[in-house]
Amino acid sequence: MKFLISMHINPAVLDALTDEEKAAIGDGHGKFIEALKKSGELITTQALVDPSQAAVVSVRNGQPVVTDGPFLESKEYLGGFYLIDCENKERAIELASQIPDTAIEGLGVEVRQVMFADGQLEA
Amino acid sequence: MTAPATEDLLRELTPQVLGALVRRHGQFEGCEDAVQEAVLAATVQWPAEGVPDNPRGWLVTVASRRLIDQMRSDHARRERESATATEVVPEDVPDTDDTLVLLFLCCHPTLTAASQTALTLRAVGGLTTAEIARAFLVPEATMAARISRAKQRVKAAGSSFSLPDGAEREERLRVVLHVLYLIFNEGYTASSGSELHRADLAHEAIRLARMVHAQLPEDGEVTGLLALMLLTDARREARTTAAGDLVPLDEQDRTKWDRGLIDEGIELVKASLAGPALGPYQLQAAIAATHADAATAAATDWPQVHALYLVLERIAPNPMVTLNRAIALAETEGPLAGLALLSTLDGDERMAGHHRLLSVRAHLLEKTGDTAGAYEHYRRAAKSTGGIAEQRYLESRASRVRT
Repeated sequence: MKFLISMHINPAVLDALTDEEKAAIGDGHGKFIEALKKSGELITTQALVDPSQAAVVSVRNGQPVVTDGPFLESKEYLGGFYLIDCENKERAIELASQIPDTAIEGLGVEVRQVMFADGQLEA
Repeated sequence: MTAPATEDLLRELTPQVLGALVRRHGQFEGCEDAVQEAVLAATVQWPAEGVPDNPRGWLVTVASRRLIDQMRSDHARRERESATATEVVPEDVPDTDDTLVLLFLCCHPTLTAASQTALTLRAVGGLTTAEIARAFLVPEATMAARISRAKQRVKAAGSSFSLPDGAEREERLRVVLHVLYLIFNEGYTASSGSELHRADLAHEAIRLARMVHAQLPEDGEVTGLLALMLLTDARREARTTAAGDLVPLDEQDRTKWDRGLIDEGIELVKASLAGPALGPYQLQAAIAATHADAATAAATDWPQVHALYLVLERIAPNPMVTLNRAIALAETEGPLAGLALLSTLDGDERMAGHHRLLSVRAHLLEKTGDTAGAYEHYRRAAKSTGGIAEQRYLESRASRVRT
């Protein structure tokens, strides 16, 4: 079963971390990725640029309108995701709990099953 | 793409060649890699140069060379002087069929279901890692890692290359059948992307079930599983519209059902029911055969379907079986009786918020005339399902009861 584990970050929370804490998050993700690759459960993982770089696109009267993002007025933003293929939801949750973000107050890690997939998955 | 005849031949030979290699050299892990490489070499060479006179011998020779090359490079540093290891000259492959032994290894109980299916498809089914990855819509690297991890686990478990005895054999065979069933379902319930490849999985599962059946013709559950697959696959054409929408059993165009598969399935069911003990696959196949026997949905022998579910519920209690029995009960004794049976599942944690419980309840509420309740439950079921085709279907039912 495929699941998207999305990481919702709060820039204010991240800024308040010490350098050691930031480095530990990076290490934790690195180890998590390695373990997922070895077990054959990782499809792909990607991290996104800062939300201030987002462009919000809409089309009105057939004309595209582009404004500065982010779209959501929120303290948290989608920072990145893991797309995994694993045994069941319990396993997906078990894996998600290994992500360092889960141990930090103010950062959100969410697990949702994939319903439709198409296209090349070679990342 | 390899010509279908070559491909079929390769898939048939894969477990035989792998079995011969493991018997000679041990080390399932290394042999499996070597056979995969030999099969890949054959898919390139045979279409160009013609199929060799003794294709099995050709594969054994090529795979043995690969294996020895691998062993040499593994030991090169430590044992340079003994690098003159004897070249293996393949004798005739023994007649013993190792398919079952290999299946038992690939479906080792220490593996997850995802690993069991992947390893089975490669080592016994003769599919390449790339093909398996495409079928499961994951990158090849992901599938390669999964297969490699699975082989390490099998090795760590210290399995011997032989059939287990007695009760263990019986238990392990159930795991094998379950894995084949999962492969079939993965192909049959395809709802996204490369549907062609996923349909192939259903055919592959049928082919593997036929192989097991040929080895164990007296085993009722093996026969039952093969029959269940054939009877289910017979409905493939009728179960979706050209647009890919699901068509429920009672609305399917039964002239689109594959009579050949149905006849074969029914014969197998009859044969298996004559045996001494009844198992879950036999009963599910008997239920599928009852549906297949009905010329129209209205002609369905619901009392028989209900009786079969009752037996199934007794020998393999499971909320999903009770759920299906509720549908049959609603047909024989009315929707209220079905709803009453469904309510016994409400406290079952395994069914809490399950889309099937919601959709069956919606269906039965619709039959009682409670359109508001039916609408509500179809909507909730649509939100809960993980399948996009099923979601579309449930949403269409919801809008149908509202108008």
